[in-house]
Amino acid sequence: MTDESEDVLLAVTGLEVAFDGFKALDGVDLSVGRGELRFLIGPNGAGKTTLIDVVTGLTRPTGGSVRFGDEELVGRREHEIVRLGVGRTFQTSVVFEELTVLENLDLAASFRRPLWSLLRRRRGVSEAVERALETTGLQSLASSRAGVLSHGQRQWLEIGMLIAQEPRLLLLDEPVAGMAQDERARTGELLTQVARDHTVIVVEHDMDFLRRYASMVTVLHEGRVLMEGSVEQVRADPRVQEIYLGRAREEAEDAVR
Amino acid sequence: MEGVLNQLPIGLSIGAVLLLIALGLTFTFGQMGVINMAHGEFIMAGAYTAYLLQSVGFLIALPAAFGVAGVMGLVLERLLIRHFYGRPLDTLLLTWGVSLVLQQAARDLFGAPNVQVVSPTWLRGGVGILPYNRLFIMALAVLSVVAIWAYLHRTGQGRRMRAVMQNRRLAATSGINTGRVDQVTFFIGSGLAGIAGVALTLIGPVGPTLGTYYIVDAFLVVVAGGLGQLKGAVLAALGLGLLNSYAEFWSDASLAKVIVFVAIIGFLQLRPQGLFVLRSRALS
Amino acid sequence: MTAFQDSTVAAPAEPPARPVPAEPAPARWTRLRGPAVFTAVAVLMLVVAPLALEPFRLGLLAKYLCYAIVALGIGLTWGQGGMLTLGQGVFFGLGGYAMGMYLKLHDAGGDLPDFMVWSGVDHLPALWRPFGNPVFALAMVVVLPVAVALLLGVLVFRQRVRGAYFAILTQALAAALVILLVGQQGLTGGTNGLTNFFDFFGNDVAADGTQRGLYVLVAAVLGVLYLGARQLVRSRFGRLLLAIRDGEDRVRFLGYDPAAVKTVTFAISAGMAGIAGALFVPVVGIISPALLGVVPSLELVVGVAVGGRYALAGAVLGAVVMGYAKTYFSEELPEAWLYLQGALFILVMTLAPKGLTGLAVTLWRSVTRRRAAA
Repeated sequence: MTDESEDVLLAVTGLEVAFDGFKALDGVDLSVGRGELRFLIGPNGAGKTTLIDVVTGLTRPTGGSVRFGDEELVGRREHEIVRLGVGRTFQTSVVFEELTVLENLDLAASFRRPLWSLLRRRRGVSEAVERALETTGLQSLASSRAGVLSHGQRQWLEIGMLIAQEPRLLLLDEPVAGMAQDERARTGELLTQVARDHTVIVVEHDMDFLRRYASMVTVLHEGRVLMEGSVEQVRADPRVQEIYLGRAREEAEDAVR
Repeated sequence: MEGVLNQLPIGLSIGAVLLLIALGLTFTFGQMGVINMAHGEFIMAGAYTAYLLQSVGFLIALPAAFGVAGVMGLVLERLLIRHFYGRPLDTLLLTWGVSLVLQQAARDLFGAPNVQVVSPTWLRGGVGILPYNRLFIMALAVLSVVAIWAYLHRTGQGRRMRAVMQNRRLAATSGINTGRVDQVTFFIGSGLAGIAGVALTLIGPVGPTLGTYYIVDAFLVVVAGGLGQLKGAVLAALGLGLLNSYAEFWSDASLAKVIVFVAIIGFLQLRPQGLFVLRSRALS
Repeated sequence: MTAFQDSTVAAPAEPPARPVPAEPAPARWTRLRGPAVFTAVAVLMLVVAPLALEPFRLGLLAKYLCYAIVALGIGLTWGQGGMLTLGQGVFFGLGGYAMGMYLKLHDAGGDLPDFMVWSGVDHLPALWRPFGNPVFALAMVVVLPVAVALLLGVLVFRQRVRGAYFAILTQALAAALVILLVGQQGLTGGTNGLTNFFDFFGNDVAADGTQRGLYVLVAAVLGVLYLGARQLVRSRFGRLLLAIRDGEDRVRFLGYDPAAVKTVTFAISAGMAGIAGALFVPVVGIISPALLGVVPSLELVVGVAVGGRYALAGAVLGAVVMGYAKTYFSEELPEAWLYLQGALFILVMTLAPKGLTGLAVTLWRSVTRRRAAA
């Protein structure tokens, strides 16, 4: 499906992370091609967030490498990795509540300016910010404080802040967690739109969401890659059903009870 | 050479006093996110307790000072500090106000000039380079650390305290009465400062501002030792006590604090979170 | 933009912005209110006060305005940037001593300064020599504090030492500096510090005219620095600083290095404190360890908290109010002053953590809301 050898943007090899003896990642290999939309799934504790944390510099691995284009990411500081073109969101969205939506986006878009040039006041709205406002549909809220946004709007603002930075790789950690049905649909559209001209990795639990928007899926289990394939292949795999779907079904049944 | 050796008990006993003070600070900071500047005044309260009880007996003063300072801490926690949990900078400024009031109260009660507590006769003299009074202070600190360790690891209440320190919300949902645990922590921590105050009467005079001389160094112990860490506090307190006394010995008294400060900044380059750290994955 | 940054000395800020489509075009009055209030206050301070106040009162006000300059810096680091600095006295002192050393050497006219003779120093220490040059000394007023703050900032913030740890470290620095200054009697004048100045750049420092001129200088410097700080707060840098205060880790993932922003801000506030210290010396006639230790440094922070840490004007106002309160109460009721100060502080922290300006904003809002409802 993808021509991996030709155009790999992110190549993770032999990645290991240990927290006080517990192996959160145990030799993960993963490669994501340029322009791809990749979903990462797996049960709780499989190491999905840890993997993203390592790629973005939040967690130092005990072994292995993360190559992004021609650059090695392991050992770099968080902001340096962002400057190379890797952006991420967090499970619990963090926007700057005291700033307006516009200021949040503007701050995100200005990160390549030298520090001294930030001393001038913002005049007008840059093109990147304009585009991000449009893509996320937050135009009407541009001058509201981010503190008044709903949960869904915050997630979209975060994604908008990412887009405004024009990264080469976006990592989204559970973008629809805790969202209502209509918000999920809106996020899905946003995701499809963003994936059109970006490389995106999405960590997601929600099977329904996965079915609707995913093409390529990587399944993590106990710190290793269990399998990779299309949604249909993954869903059909008995091992995946055993460790993931089975558990999800139980959880769903628990929720109903 | 003899001078160098003479400096050892001085450094160790200062370290012991710092440890007694820092234990309370590191647990209240680690567990509740509270920076208690009035902790210094609990030291002062302990010292004045010893002063008032010196005719009754020195050994009585120890539990009495523990009780007096402990109750003061408890009252402070109930009245003010519990409304400020998790806002360390605000508690720092709030308790500074409390500390001003307590200092002035001491001035009104006992007078502004320093008073001297007469050391009991059995603590005069010494063996070799080790004066009895400094040995006694070290023993006091060792006993306190052992008691705290046993409390934390051998009693249910202590285990609950460790649980709250590591994850307050989880502890609360597991049915631990976190408010009660906080009160006990505050009582014990403040009480230890009272004991430190009694110890200080053995090596110097007592005045309303006694606490202010030790509180900054005690906070440095917390910074260097790591939050809520018993091991860290012990090592950092001894290190700081020795560094202080030897810096004074080899340079002069006015440079010693600068040397200590530079050393701490240097140390933080290697271990920015102190000697020992509670690991957590959360993005704070 | 929040209401707080917009507030100026006298006028409470506008009610909170409600979600409105597109960028709101502020009414002309709202746009002009800030500059109007600033101009009114400037005229009051620069023209009316020097004419109306007797020299003694004017001197006191000049002293408080020096503190207000330090408070402005604290407002930036703590209010905007979330870095509680308990060691601004250090920078105040560095600026003050740089100025004091120059004035002492100038007064001595080639001989040793008086206090050195008294402590048995027989030749001028090397450290002092360059301070005979006024240009060097005036440069050091800013360079020394900024250099110390940059160094400390880089070492501390790069290692992500923050919050209470940073506060404790700055406090320890203040404590260490005081002990150093007291101990080096022959070099620093010890506990007495540097005092007995006669001549300030060709003027008799004690003359009423000189003091009035100094007052105007202090007030003007405060005004200029206030405008600069306000510009900083409203710039992208200021937005970034606010973002770091509320979510330092998140800012890292926007591609910024928070350590750089914090260090620069800390250095700016240190420079302000240095300037304040240098102005303080001719105004009050002394710089000594007692003026820059742990307690005075904390008192400055207290002033900022009382005035309102989130508004620059609140910080300035707080410093002046606290200055007056201290002078008044320690004259009238010296015993009660510490009780009052402690109690005031406990009250402000528990009842009005946003200080007087925060209180004013809340009151104003409830008034306007009631009016709107009626």
